[in-house]
Amino acid sequence: MSEPVVCLEAVSKRFEKIVAVDNLNFEVRRASTTALLGGNGAGKTTTLSMLLGLLLPSAGRITIFGVDMLRRRYEALPRMNFSSPYVDLPRRLTVRENLTVYARLYGLRRVAARLGTLADELQIADLMHRPYGQLSAGQRTRVVLAKALLNDPELLLLDEPTASLDPDTADYVRGLLEDYQRRQGATILLASHNMSEVERLCDDVLMLRSGVLVDQGTPQDLLRRYGRRNMEEVFIDIAREREIALDLAGEQSAR
Amino acid sequence: MSEEMECFTGWTAALRRVAAVVMRHVYLLRGSGPRILELMYWPTVQMVLWGFITLFLLEHSSWIAQASGVLLSAVLLWDVLFRGQLGVSLVFMEELWSRNLGHLFVSPLRPGELAVALLAMSLIRTLIGVGGAALVAIPLFQFSVFDLGLPLIGFFLNLIVMGWAIGLAVSGVVLRYGLGAESMAWIAIFAVQPISGVYYPIATLPEWLQSVAWFLPSSHVFEGMRAVLFEREFRLDLLLNSVVLNLCFLAVGTATFLAFFRNARVRGQLLHVGE
Repeated sequence: MSEPVVCLEAVSKRFEKIVAVDNLNFEVRRASTTALLGGNGAGKTTTLSMLLGLLLPSAGRITIFGVDMLRRRYEALPRMNFSSPYVDLPRRLTVRENLTVYARLYGLRRVAARLGTLADELQIADLMHRPYGQLSAGQRTRVVLAKALLNDPELLLLDEPTASLDPDTADYVRGLLEDYQRRQGATILLASHNMSEVERLCDDVLMLRSGVLVDQGTPQDLLRRYGRRNMEEVFIDIAREREIALDLAGEQSAR
Repeated sequence: MSEEMECFTGWTAALRRVAAVVMRHVYLLRGSGPRILELMYWPTVQMVLWGFITLFLLEHSSWIAQASGVLLSAVLLWDVLFRGQLGVSLVFMEELWSRNLGHLFVSPLRPGELAVALLAMSLIRTLIGVGGAALVAIPLFQFSVFDLGLPLIGFFLNLIVMGWAIGLAVSGVVLRYGLGAESMAWIAIFAVQPISGVYYPIATLPEWLQSVAWFLPSSHVFEGMRAVLFEREFRLDLLLNSVVLNLCFLAVGTATFLAFFRNARVRGQLLHVGE
């Protein structure tokens, strides 16, 4: 079996007295799409930030592509990228200017050609000359996604990739991510509150609650174990700490 | 790694990333006429004000009469220091205002490379702002700061480097304490103005304050400027003192910026600052 792309060992993050993430251990398989799920404040963004090196863990070890992210993250960063609706791009720069700057930061060879391809794929060709700040929330999400795909990342970390998108565009973006993942053999780790998206895209699910990994498995595993019809119900069960009750109910019915 | 990515490593790759950040801020400047005008506005207003004060004092002050350009040279050189510092701090705050740090630092850009880009942008902004005012002074007051000759290069470089050092430290403070501390960018430099001997000799200060003043690179520059204007003498000793002090200032400024950057990674501010 190939080495995991992402590996967290006993990772914790404390902000003074608040424990945001507690003793997190998980791996993300190569060429898989994994969802990081949890309610607000569960530790998803904290975990993503630590994976990206934007946040230093209080304890534990993070390796990506076998690289220790605390010591040598610049070896891994050119092979990764990230998108989040909560991190902006400069608003006064046009979409083309923004993407050109990031293309150069990633050391791309044929910037204009790459931008043209991405503009077509993400349907932002008409927006290229417009200042980023003048775009709608949905348009911005697509531009930030284009920025995330600039360097053909082997590992893509996505925070709510279809937030603010209308259902049609969201569906298009999900299709694009599926296609990108298959075509490039990329590994995707995404945080999402959209459970139908998780069911459609993800091979694995990591469930966080109060900074602790409380369950994990394939969407099918989780549906079966929780006896639910969809991931939304599983999510609510876990968020409301119902798994123990379910276990008890399961034991009783078995008797 | 993508085949589309250049295989530059080391210094070449670092320079390309620095150039990318500089390009981002040149796009910003290029796209806004008012921003370019703003760069020149204050240095020009200051120059005009002090030009008229000089005209008045020429008839009423024997000290000024000995070297009519002393006040205007001081005003323009002070602006090199001020604009140098402001250039670093404001360009850094642009990244905070646009909440762009998260994207920048998940790219291969290193904090030291961002710092170098800030310095490059500061140089560009200072040349536009102070250079414009210096050119306007020639027809308006028949005064050319370029008459200082080669020493002007030494004065300019020392003052802008001191501005960079303070600018980097201020940027670190803003990163640590958030945009609530952004007024530091405008006021920090003025703490050193009274003891830099910009408009009067260091000997004017009380003796105990003179000892403090000599720890500032700027004091040596302005004394050196007066030596050129009044005595037609280039004081290499003053210039060298300034260079040595600037090396210390730049080391402290850079270390402060990098320390606060690391602290921001501990506190999780790279994603949230600016909100």
